[in-house]
Amino acid sequence: MDVSSGDVNGPHSMGTTIIGVTYDGGVVLGADSRTSTGMYVANRASDKITQLTDNVYVCRSGSAADSQIVSDYVRYFLHQHTIQLGQPSTVKVAANLVRLLSYSNKNMLQTGLIVGGWDKYEGGKIYGIPLGGTVLELPFTIGGSGSSYLYGFFDQAWKEGMTREEAEQLVVKAVSLAIARDGASGGVVRTVTINKDGVTRKFYAGDTLPLWHEELEPQNSLLDTLSAASPEPMIS
Amino acid sequence: MNVADSSPAPAMNNLLASNADSQRTLYPYVTGTSVVGIKYKDGILLAADMGGSYGSTLRYKTVERLKSVGKHSIIGASGEISDFQEIMRYLDELILYDNMWDDGNSLGPKEVHNYLTRVMYNRRNKFNPLWNSLVLGGVKNGQKYLGTVNMIGVHYEDDHVATGFGNHLARPILRDEWHENLTFEEGVKLLEKCMRVLLYRDRSAVNKLQIARITQDGVKVFPPYSLKTFWNFNAFQNPTVGAEGSW
Repeated sequence: MDVSSGDVNGPHSMGTTIIGVTYDGGVVLGADSRTSTGMYVANRASDKITQLTDNVYVCRSGSAADSQIVSDYVRYFLHQHTIQLGQPSTVKVAANLVRLLSYSNKNMLQTGLIVGGWDKYEGGKIYGIPLGGTVLELPFTIGGSGSSYLYGFFDQAWKEGMTREEAEQLVVKAVSLAIARDGASGGVVRTVTINKDGVTRKFYAGDTLPLWHEELEPQNSLLDTLSAASPEPMIS
Repeated sequence: MNVADSSPAPAMNNLLASNADSQRTLYPYVTGTSVVGIKYKDGILLAADMGGSYGSTLRYKTVERLKSVGKHSIIGASGEISDFQEIMRYLDELILYDNMWDDGNSLGPKEVHNYLTRVMYNRRNKFNPLWNSLVLGGVKNGQKYLGTVNMIGVHYEDDHVATGFGNHLARPILRDEWHENLTFEEGVKLLEKCMRVLLYRDRSAVNKLQIARITQDGVKVFPPYSLKTFWNFNAFQNPTVGAEGSW
């Protein structure tokens, strides 16, 4: 029996790392894939980048329930709006709809969102919508518990006018760095790239991600090393 | 009921809120997660990752949580790392005094486990626990021993033990797959299976682990290494296709 064995009935929260970045011609959205209830990882392969319309996606963080319900409502409203408008809705409209829900229910909701997409009027756009319902149109933004570890990184690594490949690599590197240090983030890195040609989903798993400080090359078993060579025993 | 009874008398107040409060360990700061231990044919195998978490931050990634104690025992600790370091000081002193008798006798794992149990329980009774869950294993005169004790003094021995999340995730695997007379190779593979599940499902797990072995011939703590993990299932590629908004 153990005193602190974790609360498996706690609220599902996506302690998370989410990122949205604009590049020349579109946007790249990125996220980790860990959903936890207390200290238990309820889902190690979640998909936190959710579709709102063909051309607008949202990265979800915070309470899983709250972020899901908000994106469900916004998807529904956007659908109706698209029918009435007769053409794809703009990213700005999607962001504003999220704002209407996040702001007016600020006392009850606990979710930070990043809305990103492409439309023919403004091109690629990213909107950060943190707790409270503020909307900020930004060249890039980060969110979730893992983002704390990325402020310094982005201060140094972000630059205007990146290519699609540069932007994708930046996002993957950043999420991977956050996963290395944030216990609430983990699993795989998912990215969604949106531009005039459409939407591309990518998936970067364990061994395809770079190794950071104090991380070792993964192996199948200790036994592989033992049969290969005789290791120095560590004596304390 | 008399209203005046609801607040404690001044004399009682001192006991409940004294200078001693500043000495209590109320909550842990840098913590280690699960330790898993099994008996096998030649002795005991312990496994633990090398993480030292600071709340939800994975702050330190090369913390040695498996240590040898004298000639016949190994200890694995989860919980507050500073308290584990203090426990090691107590144990090193215990072994030193035992050696100073110079009587040919040396403390076996059962005795060390008992000593730890007394230390942990007495601290608990003073409301100032050492915030750890410990696994203690060893071999003496061919006899294998594996036990555990935690911050409130609960202690027991078994063929396989674990701390923290290991109790929920590793022990069910061990109940199914452990058997008497595992070879070293089988034991290591079994522990690795447990550690991999913990890596997937324990938020505070870190992908760098150590395995320690004790047999009649002595202790060996193996060098740190990382496990391969598996993510390329079809179900993981596009989990929300057809169910947009789910996870």
